[in-house]
Amino acid sequence: MNIHEYQAKQIFAKYGVPTPKGIMAESVKDAVIAAEVLGGPIWVVKAQIHAGGRGLGGGVKLAKSIDEVEALSNEILGMTLVTHQTTAEGKLVQKLYIEDGADIKDELYLSVVLDRKSEMPLIMASTEGGMDIETVAENTPEKIITIPVDPAIGFQGFHGRELAFGLGITDKLEQKNIISFAEKLFKLYMDNDAEMIEINPLVKTGSGEFLALDGKMGFDNSALGRQPEIAAMRDLTEEDADEVEASHYGLSYVALDGEIGCMVNGAGLAMGTMDTINYMGGTPANFLDVGGSANAETVAKGFEIILKNPKVKAIFVNIFGGIVRCDRIANGIIEATKITDVNVPVVVRLDGTNAPEAAEILKNANIANLIVATDLGDGAAKAVAAAKGE
Amino acid sequence: MSILVNKDTKVIVQGFTGKEGSFHAEQCITYGTNIVGGVTPNKGGQEHLGKPVFDTVASAVKSTGATVSMIFVPPAFVGDAVMEAAEAGIELAVIITEGAPVKDMQMAKAHATKHGMKTLGPNCPGIITAEECKIGIMPGMIFKKGNVGLISKSGTLTYEGTNQVVQAGYGITTAVGIGGDPIIGLSYNQLLPMFEADPETECIVMIGEIGGDLEIQAAKLIKEKITKPVVAFIAGQTAPKGKTMGHAGAIVSGSAGTAAEKMAALEAAGVRVVVSPAEIGKAVAEVLSK
Repeated sequence: MNIHEYQAKQIFAKYGVPTPKGIMAESVKDAVIAAEVLGGPIWVVKAQIHAGGRGLGGGVKLAKSIDEVEALSNEILGMTLVTHQTTAEGKLVQKLYIEDGADIKDELYLSVVLDRKSEMPLIMASTEGGMDIETVAENTPEKIITIPVDPAIGFQGFHGRELAFGLGITDKLEQKNIISFAEKLFKLYMDNDAEMIEINPLVKTGSGEFLALDGKMGFDNSALGRQPEIAAMRDLTEEDADEVEASHYGLSYVALDGEIGCMVNGAGLAMGTMDTINYMGGTPANFLDVGGSANAETVAKGFEIILKNPKVKAIFVNIFGGIVRCDRIANGIIEATKITDVNVPVVVRLDGTNAPEAAEILKNANIANLIVATDLGDGAAKAVAAAKGE
Repeated sequence: MSILVNKDTKVIVQGFTGKEGSFHAEQCITYGTNIVGGVTPNKGGQEHLGKPVFDTVASAVKSTGATVSMIFVPPAFVGDAVMEAAEAGIELAVIITEGAPVKDMQMAKAHATKHGMKTLGPNCPGIITAEECKIGIMPGMIFKKGNVGLISKSGTLTYEGTNQVVQAGYGITTAVGIGGDPIIGLSYNQLLPMFEADPETECIVMIGEIGGDLEIQAAKLIKEKITKPVVAFIAGQTAPKGKTMGHAGAIVSGSAGTAAEKMAALEAAGVRVVVSPAEIGKAVAEVLSK
């Protein structure tokens, strides 16, 4: 789960990680009030969306007067921001963050992220802040320093020294400031079950202080149960409505551009099914994993979500039952045909646990439009043919 | 022969008396797995599915001599359960539970390694040596004995891959589901050499997914050390680019983890890479008839 910059900065503040002062606003009027409260003389008006690259997309602008804050808020609030991290359709800006301008002497980069290789959190830093860090990693990898921190020992003094010297910080006060900054950041990473924190840029001010000018945070979804304050920060308007609805039924759904709706158990087989459809000359309309506890109701819901997409010309149900029992899926298909108007051909391949019972159930139900497939290849071929009207 | 587990392996179940634990332990017993007991705190001394229940893993190991634990405890308790098993002297923990917090797994895996315990998973279907020992949740009836070893990140693709191998007229020595979480136990690079050393395994099927770089590392190992033919499928060629926020993850792995990148690396290592799981059976038949 991801959160907005203004929310990340609330967490930073709680841990004493320095940030410029700022106030979130959902209307132009509130933005003006926020600017007045902050007092100026320089403000930054920032679009709050779950994506990076906001500045280049025109979502972050500097204001030198309250009037300018008002004009820029009018411009940015309600705009659709397209950045290299959004889809081509972009994201609607519904919230602004009005922030004090900072005295920027230097721009750095700092992040904490799980390193799968060392299986530990990794502090990553660079003197090349304010730039696309992927470009830095590609062109000048020596300018990125990485410091793994074993969670069993936590952030120690030597980690801090490695960071300060790695960034070429020689002033003693600045060293103390950056080490304290990183130590607090690491603590909040661990305490909150974060998956990643990225600050780009991290700025050094004229007085040698370090400020988080930006803040991106993502969290481990599996840990949200024990992080109620973080879970409450979820902004559903930033997520795809169909995906959210599907998740209420234990379904994992992602819309794609093709014509063949897919309903599969397990993420791996779901991707494998999409790949097979593609290989056979068709195009998948979605990724849909019905999960391990699929029953008649969730399957029926899955059909409903797939059929909302007008591009769908055929549906391929591909189940290899382990925990999922095929007879339950078969009943779900029958249930779906009763409550939803399934007006496209449905190719069904059910294998594994209770597959013979499922075949019997489907046979007796006598559903029009239903095409039975014997295996994955056969099913994908039949679905591709059905979508082409063959 | 087989790898890691066989008909003599003594297995306990952590989370034995829960709904999932009970259902799957019973299926494993029916399959022939030598389940010698289980652990559920405060139920020690009882009997469940005809096997003794213990309060702690240590007491279960002491009484039964179990070397493998199959873990079904709820997600929030997985880390604790794995560390308990490690300290009790369990040699392999098979973690079936889905949704364990990543931070807990970092701690638990480091602790397991310190105590010399291997782990599989979490969020995996388990491990099965065909017609001998099933430790997990896979549909046992599809696993016919044979000469193909299988390693898969995905549960359902383990079944699909196995089915393909069996339909092509071959069978499985051992099939291992490694799971696809950010922190996992045994992976390709520990399992491939075990299959290489197993005299009965003549071919290895490796099923991967987009994300991370385990398959790239496996390609390097295969090129240097694996002489047996390997057939691979990487799921997610048509998956949309992940909705990322920030770039830190991509930089750490040093690669985008795309299917194309992994397939190319495996092909360069001499692996027979198929573009659809529906081609696995055919490819296995081809490499084995050479």
